[in-house]
Amino acid sequence: MSERNNLLEVDNVTIRFGGVTALDGVDFSVKEGEILGLIGPNGAGKTTCFNAVTGVVKPTSGAIRFRGKTLVGQQRHKITRLGIARTFQNIRLFPEMTALENVQVGADARHKTSVVGALFRTWRVPVKPHELVEVDAKSGFGRAVQQVRRTGQRIFGLSRHTLEERAAKEKATELLKLVGIEHRAGELARSLAYGEQRRLEIARALATEPGLLCLDEPAAGFNPAEKESLLELIRKIRDTGVTVLLIEHDMRLVMGVTDRIVVLEFGKKIAEGTPAEVRENPAVIAAYLGVPTDAA
Amino acid sequence: MNFEFLGDNFMSLTVTGLTQGAIYALVALGYTLVYGVLRLINFAHSEVFMIGTFVTTIVWAGLGFGVGASAPGTFGVLGLIALAVVAAGAASGGTALIVERVAYRPLRKRNAPSLIFLISAIGASVALFELVGAITDRQPRGMPSLVQPKVQFTIFGADVTNLQIGIILSALAMLAGLDIFINRTRLGRGVRAVAQNPDVAALMGVNKDRVIMLIFVLGGMMAGAASVLYDVKVGITTYSVGFLIGIKAFTAAVLGGIGNLRGALLGGLLLGVVENYGAGVFGNEWMDVVAFVMLVVVLLFRPTGLLGESLGRARA
Repeated sequence: MSERNNLLEVDNVTIRFGGVTALDGVDFSVKEGEILGLIGPNGAGKTTCFNAVTGVVKPTSGAIRFRGKTLVGQQRHKITRLGIARTFQNIRLFPEMTALENVQVGADARHKTSVVGALFRTWRVPVKPHELVEVDAKSGFGRAVQQVRRTGQRIFGLSRHTLEERAAKEKATELLKLVGIEHRAGELARSLAYGEQRRLEIARALATEPGLLCLDEPAAGFNPAEKESLLELIRKIRDTGVTVLLIEHDMRLVMGVTDRIVVLEFGKKIAEGTPAEVRENPAVIAAYLGVPTDAA
Repeated sequence: MNFEFLGDNFMSLTVTGLTQGAIYALVALGYTLVYGVLRLINFAHSEVFMIGTFVTTIVWAGLGFGVGASAPGTFGVLGLIALAVVAAGAASGGTALIVERVAYRPLRKRNAPSLIFLISAIGASVALFELVGAITDRQPRGMPSLVQPKVQFTIFGADVTNLQIGIILSALAMLAGLDIFINRTRLGRGVRAVAQNPDVAALMGVNKDRVIMLIFVLGGMMAGAASVLYDVKVGITTYSVGFLIGIKAFTAAVLGGIGNLRGALLGGLLLGVVENYGAGVFGNEWMDVVAFVMLVVVLLFRPTGLLGESLGRARA
């Protein structure tokens, strides 16, 4: 494999909560375009590692760089805008919004028009014929209103805000299609089935146009068939050019989809390598099974 | 008790109540927006309203319409009102923003417990109240009566004046605008996202501080507009005017379901109407007693208010 650039560098990161050391000098990097698995037994520090990358917790020491820019001390919404998005181990959607709106919130992170620009629609863009309002209302009054709007758009153009809103909606619809729940677009997030909610979280994260997508146990609670289709989705996402950092308990799933794996135990990195290498690593086997490997 | 009076004047009491309630509803929006997003009762909101009433009189006096001036023609009056709405909206919105910056944001940065916010809110309220009291020598300030109430039509025996129609319709229009803003636009989406889950909203790229500034400014602007309507209706203001209106508006917000925009409208109108019925039955001095007894009774049966909380986090 040719040498790729490092997208994310986790450099000697230590995190202590009071007396507990959650991460202890962890070092690894995620390369552009790969799927990196982050595995380890319960309490190994995987989610803490995610939280550090996305700015939820601040490392006690060490550095985290994304595309060469340091992330430590950055505000969370700025880290998102730099290009890191995530999902959560325990689903955290906006329950009282529709599925489509949930994804739009993510897409709004890329919106360029300011608050003032949005309120007064100052920035105008010449309108293309297919973007004009259709005059198709049934009532005469409705038609008149539409005609006035159409003429107005001809003369003044559309505001960039309007165009961005439309683009965001289109993008959101497309992402819902990608994760396979476009038929539930208008439903409130809380009324979606469990598996659909997990997929919606992925769509919402993708809407922020990340370079790096962090998935925190996306297959938790899935049956084998659902896991299989999730694997496919993760590969599809990688193929669109998004680098994926994946936390997962299910060893088979990790082995099947990742290019490389980093193994944590008690907050320390104990192994790193291709799935095949990691599978053979005695320290990893010991960590997972708690027995010596060459018993035979 | 005078039920006969209530029966005879039922419709006219209703119209008066709706007019009063429309103003409560506009002020209630400020409480409900801030509560919906921050779970914080912004007690300084009543003073935000009060400052709007003064800025209105200052603008009018500055244009030569001090106390006793005669009203200009219809378009002149509409122009004066529009100008006052802009000025009072800006002043009240600005005041709300300053309160947020000075009294709440520093506490938020330090993760202060909610009791501290409450004390800070009361402190900000008293400071503004006393500041304006000192500047105005605690004297009321008059203004010309720009709109002479004229009966436009009569429904079921109740006279409806141009002033009442104007107040109710403009309040409804502003509420509808805000409702569309929150439910249909990008910024509104951000507001709802922060209300439902502030931490996740930040991780999805929503700038939380900007959303908070936005809701304070919006709530302040609505209070500013309400203050102009109040001035047109009442014709006099004083530094303590915010207290009772503030409490009533807060009551209206709780009654409808605090955190819920449509609840604020329902609560405001209902409160206005019921207190007028109460005044009709028991006499004017019982007006506030009736209003607050109703609040207690409603909360006994529906602790989340009539429409429940909707802007806010979902109940599990």
